[in-house]
Amino acid sequence: QAKYKERGTVLAEDQLAQMSKQLDMFRTNLEEFASKHKQEIRKNPEFRVQFQDMCATIGVDPLASGKGFWSEMLGVGDFYYELGVQIVEVCLALKHRNGGLITLEELHQQVLKGRGKFAQDVSQDDLLRAIKKLKVLGSGFGLIPVGGTFLVQSVPAELNMDHTVVLQLAEKKGFVTVGEIRASLKWETERARQVLEHLLKEGMAWLDTQAPGEPQYWLPALFTELYSQEITPEEAKEAIP
Amino acid sequence: MDRFSWTTGLLELGETLVVQQRGVRLSDGEEKVKFDSGVLLLSTHRLIWRDQKNHECCIAVPLSQIVFIEEQAAGIGKSAKIVVHLHPASSNKEPGPFQSSKYSYIKLSFKEHGQIEFYRRLSEEITQRRWESMPTGQAMQVNKDSQAGRIRAVGIVGIERKLEEKRKETDKNISEAFEDLSKLMEKAKEMVELSKSIANKIKEKQGDITEDETIRFKSYLLSMGIANPVTRETCGSGTQYHMQLAKQLAGILQTPLEERGGIMSLTEVYCLVNRARGLELLSPEDLVNACKMLESLKLPLRLRIFDSGVMVIELQSHNEEEMVAAALETVSEKGSLTADEFAKLVGMSVLLAKERLLLAEKMGHLCRDDSVEGLRFYPNLFLTQS
Repeated sequence: QAKYKERGTVLAEDQLAQMSKQLDMFRTNLEEFASKHKQEIRKNPEFRVQFQDMCATIGVDPLASGKGFWSEMLGVGDFYYELGVQIVEVCLALKHRNGGLITLEELHQQVLKGRGKFAQDVSQDDLLRAIKKLKVLGSGFGLIPVGGTFLVQSVPAELNMDHTVVLQLAEKKGFVTVGEIRASLKWETERARQVLEHLLKEGMAWLDTQAPGEPQYWLPALFTELYSQEITPEEAKEAIP
Repeated sequence: MDRFSWTTGLLELGETLVVQQRGVRLSDGEEKVKFDSGVLLLSTHRLIWRDQKNHECCIAVPLSQIVFIEEQAAGIGKSAKIVVHLHPASSNKEPGPFQSSKYSYIKLSFKEHGQIEFYRRLSEEITQRRWESMPTGQAMQVNKDSQAGRIRAVGIVGIERKLEEKRKETDKNISEAFEDLSKLMEKAKEMVELSKSIANKIKEKQGDITEDETIRFKSYLLSMGIANPVTRETCGSGTQYHMQLAKQLAGILQTPLEERGGIMSLTEVYCLVNRARGLELLSPEDLVNACKMLESLKLPLRLRIFDSGVMVIELQSHNEEEMVAAALETVSEKGSLTADEFAKLVGMSVLLAKERLLLAEKMGHLCRDDSVEGLRFYPNLFLTQS
């Protein structure tokens, strides 16, 4: 019995030793790759996408840890982790305006502005990956697909399928009414009202009772695109957590 | 810059806007001109620049005037640029800001970024030459010019050839990069397979793998970015690295925590720590995994997860339940408070203020009034006055 146990341990030890050797070899390969193509990763968003997709396909997460080889040698880590910080700051600065919902486009613009002149350009794909990592921190980061793009949620508000669908409906005009929800989604008035009230409570929707016809529920996250505003100095102060 | 003409900036019939970008400066070759800050618009027919401060100042050049374009990467103190090489201006060109220029190219400086997208779109438009199939008032003139331009500008051919070579070179670099990337991924895949087989062995031989070997294995996984396939760990995918990190964090966060009333959200910690580091930043997972080890390492901070999923770091000496008593007093004084109001009064983030009020409610001290005007908390009179 004991002999079998021993053998089992030895087998695992062998494999660990093998892995350690292969790891060293891989590190060397990665170093070589980095020396030739590190610039490509930093400067070419399309190449980054390819790189990320390939990693995902084989089951590797190059952004899992700052201590990982990918991060240390290709510098991908710092790029995305810093972007994460910038995303948090923009969302904090604008939260009082939009309740914690912002379009990917607006987030992109604001982040680019904040990055300054000699920072690398970032793509929307880069933002999406950084946001997916931020989810891990538990403060409510999430992505809601609307009209071919995304709304970025940065507060831990409960948004279920009903809320998401109404947001998608509102995306076209920036606002939505109970009547439109009934017509498009075939819902009862009460269900529509509950969803809209929840969005009002969370500060994600504003009510316009003076609209012609029935009251309109506006989403600042959506209509701010039309009136792209600067972040005021007061808001910028709020942004530093 | 003498290829530009004044324009109203209005699009012609049949002309469509492709992309636009703010914060663009024009230069005449290597020389700065007064077109310092404008919106650059790309249409199917023209490149249009409009001054951001004075909208009347608007100039355009037809896309057919473009010979080729190049990218110039950003540098320290310098924005990224696109260099646009142009045919000489035609004799019947509409009047513009310059009568003559000693350069045959202009530079577009992207002070507020956006050059990647713009370059891509501009390349597309130049290749597709949609202006030829979508005639507008101007297009007719432009076509004639490009014909004449081609015959006249013989020296351009040399430049075009150089560009072709450069394009091939760039393509070769990219395809080499992709090739190398594929080979690298093959090797990485082998590592993943090996780690799975080891993980299976560990699962089968429960207890026969030493602590030390488990730690080694976890650190190999960490280096490769492979998720830990062995699920029965007590402290997340904690490794030596995370243990060290936890100890570091305890040192770094002591003062900031004291300054913030003993509690901070994990997002705040992430930003604070990474802003301070500047380089070799922590990933969100690094932070979470390190914080999960705080308690077991008997450090003076701990990780706490609220019902809502919000994660915070607290000083061991911090007692949220005691803070609830203080919160109750504050709410009672004011009659009622929303999370926003409470946050402002006490000087906390709204996120943490809300968690405290929710905890108070959970403990029965506060009642909520949930209306369209927001979530408001009142002292629970049912409890105290029944």
